[in-house]
Amino acid sequence: MRHLISPLDLSLEEMDYILTLGQKIMEEPEKYAHVCDGKKLATLFYEPSTRTRLSFEAAMLNMGGKVLGFSSADSSSAAKGESVADTIRVISSYADICAMRHPKEGAPTVASMYSEIPVINAGDGGHNHPTQTLTDLITIKTLMGRLDNLTIGMCGDLKFGRTVHSLINAMVRYTRVRFVLISPKELQIPEYLRKEVLDAGKIDYIETNELEKYMPDLDILYMTRVQRERFFNEEDYIRLKDSFILDASKMQYAKEKMYVLHPLPRVNEISTEVDKDPRAVYFLQAKYGVYVRMALILSLLGLDEKKIFKDSV
Amino acid sequence: MLNIGGLNEGVVIDHIQAGGAMKIYEYLNLEKLDVSVAIIKNARSNKMGKKDIIKIEGPFNLDLTVLGVLDHKITVNVIKDNEIVKKQQLELPERVTGIIKCKNPRCITSIEQELPHTFKLTDRENRIYRCIYCESKFKGK
Repeated sequence: MRHLISPLDLSLEEMDYILTLGQKIMEEPEKYAHVCDGKKLATLFYEPSTRTRLSFEAAMLNMGGKVLGFSSADSSSAAKGESVADTIRVISSYADICAMRHPKEGAPTVASMYSEIPVINAGDGGHNHPTQTLTDLITIKTLMGRLDNLTIGMCGDLKFGRTVHSLINAMVRYTRVRFVLISPKELQIPEYLRKEVLDAGKIDYIETNELEKYMPDLDILYMTRVQRERFFNEEDYIRLKDSFILDASKMQYAKEKMYVLHPLPRVNEISTEVDKDPRAVYFLQAKYGVYVRMALILSLLGLDEKKIFKDSV
Repeated sequence: MLNIGGLNEGVVIDHIQAGGAMKIYEYLNLEKLDVSVAIIKNARSNKMGKKDIIKIEGPFNLDLTVLGVLDHKITVNVIKDNEIVKKQQLELPERVTGIIKCKNPRCITSIEQELPHTFKLTDRENRIYRCIYCESKFKGK
């Protein structure tokens, strides 16, 4: 049986297959309206994440399936001290597939070891969030028409942002991808990512704290939130925060065909005046996230046409 | 040098990085063995400057190959009739359970105590193991 715990659990071919299937669903959603009739998705959310949970639930409902689950640890048996392993063994007989969100890193891995149904990691602490990566990729692929030969700017908190790390790990598998990493010095990408992924893979990248300067080069700008609590002192925060806020004046330096992505929730790092710019696609991105989750659920259940995971279903 | 009597039969775990003997003693659960154990700390060594040595007396069954995970410089000599009869080769197994503890406070093992602490070898050349749950790194000495 296949599970999805880390974005890199999927080979490049499997990843491309799921993204393409997501695009097919996007074009003809009605064709997939009943493919999951009679199937159930369990959403096991040990910490609240409304958007991710609803995105999973919408994905299953769109395909005619049903959903059940809990949305915080307080309302689950975890509050009584039940282990993840025991919970998943029970849920395995209630549902056909599950999506798990947990504050502790590796909890979905534990679940996958004891589960009789496919487990999708819907975020485990600061560790992995593979369906966010799939969402980012389907957005880039759909809007740019490709995943290779791109200059991708990543801006904000690159040190703690797991979505940034996962996206870099996924994008380096494609050819001629260049990164512009825009952040304050304190929030640059972690050393292991620089050495083991970018340097080791001879990937073209630059690290800078100037967003405007590199704006004209970018095909994609991936914005993340710079949190006040990440700074060592208030002075630095005040000095630097505006450099990483995207507004209309900075957008004028960007190419006509450039897209701004954001994993959401946005706080103030993208000024609301940017929302009406057609290049701001973060709400569209959330919509695409549903299609790619549909493609993933379908494939893991072995209900896709090609049955790519057939050996494991 | 401090003189500890030779072994007639047993095992000498040598070339332990100075200060590491107690850790090895704990990992091997030697306190549970009803045999003589000598721990020599900070012995002079031409190669290492200072080193620790553990001598264990008598025949016993212990898997010592995993010591390579903790400290790759360690050598293990099996003694019989006052002679070294075997120099045990240390290995880096693909997976180890119960040898390394995950210290990441955000790891699921930090709240679910009954989970086995399992690490897998991800980089043989640099002897790097990672927790199978949270992927935290462990590098032996």
